[in-house]
Amino acid sequence: MYTASDLRKGLKIELDGTPYEIVEYNFVKPGKGQAMYKCRIKNLKTQTTQDRTFREVDAIGKPDLEQRNVRYSYNDGQHYVFTDPKTYEEFGLNTDNLGEARYFLTDDIEVSLLFHNGAVIGVEFVKPFVEKEIVETEPGVRGDTATNVTKPAKIDSGHEIRVPLFINQGDWVRIDTRTGEYVERVARR
Amino acid sequence: MTPRPEGPGADHPLALRSRMLAALRAFFAGRGFVEVETPVRVAAPALETHIDAEPSGDRWLRTSPELHMKRLLARGWPRLFQMGPCFRRGERGELHHPEYTMLEWYRAPGDAAAILGDLRALLPEAALAACGRPAARRGGIEIPLDGPWEILTVADAFRRWAGWDPVEAFDADRFDLDLVDRVEPALPRDRPVVLTEYPAAAAALARLKPSDPRVAERWEAYLGGVELANAYSELTDPAEQRARFEACAAGRRARNRDVYPLDESFLSTLARMPPAGGAALGVDRLAMLLAGADSLDAVMAFRE
Repeated sequence: MYTASDLRKGLKIELDGTPYEIVEYNFVKPGKGQAMYKCRIKNLKTQTTQDRTFREVDAIGKPDLEQRNVRYSYNDGQHYVFTDPKTYEEFGLNTDNLGEARYFLTDDIEVSLLFHNGAVIGVEFVKPFVEKEIVETEPGVRGDTATNVTKPAKIDSGHEIRVPLFINQGDWVRIDTRTGEYVERVARR
Repeated sequence: MTPRPEGPGADHPLALRSRMLAALRAFFAGRGFVEVETPVRVAAPALETHIDAEPSGDRWLRTSPELHMKRLLARGWPRLFQMGPCFRRGERGELHHPEYTMLEWYRAPGDAAAILGDLRALLPEAALAACGRPAARRGGIEIPLDGPWEILTVADAFRRWAGWDPVEAFDADRFDLDLVDRVEPALPRDRPVVLTEYPAAAAALARLKPSDPRVAERWEAYLGGVELANAYSELTDPAEQRARFEACAAGRRARNRDVYPLDESFLSTLARMPPAGGAALGVDRLAMLLAGADSLDAVMAFRE
């Protein structure tokens, strides 16, 4: 258990069985009153934030969290299977675990898995940018280098992203896995 | 006048603070208040449930000069002020620092209402001297200090913004939490605000209101939602004062916090203290508010 005076920015805590990270932290103490800690906390399962004030009497849970860096191996039809390169331990994740991240997987790509009480609650690419081939889009408009006008385009996983008009089928693009957005065109691999 | 040597300009927050300190002293000196200095290392820091004193050898660093100031009132000084360092262990944040500067002033005879009159004259004068206009600023919002002030009771503020009345039924935990989560964020930002008539259970060293002993003659002044000053019609009843100290001591013992000895010198002179009003004002916070800064960092030369 933590007490309120242990709180600091970045600390991970557990409330009612849910893990949170403290993203903002402020010491407050009204005249003659008790010390309190006004925090903004982020739910590590849903990534949503909320405000919460802790008092010194509040008992705050210490979450069982573990972070492991693993590599994507294969899809067995039901699961996306990841392997710990040190222990060769395999982890089968489903689409709920992965969310949008499943569209950006490539062979051997390194991802960081966050476990809470042994169950995966978070997946992050160790390098947040991935390069993907555009497999389907309307023909490009030559010379139109504007990046604020976009059109739909499919990457190899079948996922659709928005790209600028000059992008052609067969082009390779860099995507930010955190937002799922196109970043730039890259040289063909 | 000697020309000002090169260096940080007159608009630097520390230069503003320096003008403010001079104006605070000039204000009180001009009204017949005597500036005093009382011990910084004390044998018996004031007992408050939630204020921790920093040990210093076989004594403690003062958390406020209050008890010594009152002993001077008991010796017959009618108007006193002091500005100097106070120490509170573990208090660190945007609006807190474990070593900070406190201004306290007292008038006897007097009460909390007379002290509020002092504050309303003091703030515009200090602001004018410090930054050229009678206003403070918080979060980019201007707070005119010579315009209207919002004065409301704690009961009114809690009924309006927290949905309950702490005077009817006091709950210390809920009171503190709702004060910082509901009431303080809702206070008007464009004018000074004074919360008055604290529930008797939160009286601290204030006397109870003779016509309604459920509340204490205590007020807190806020600028831009930041608590700036706390004032009382001072409690002068030694028996009542001893009982409150003992209740604080019991509260501290229950929370496993250090329990300081009762200040018997103070208690034995209290019966001779005339009716008085007094206030404590956070000097660093006032400088921050006059400078329009977000945190104390800007107005303290060192934040270590």
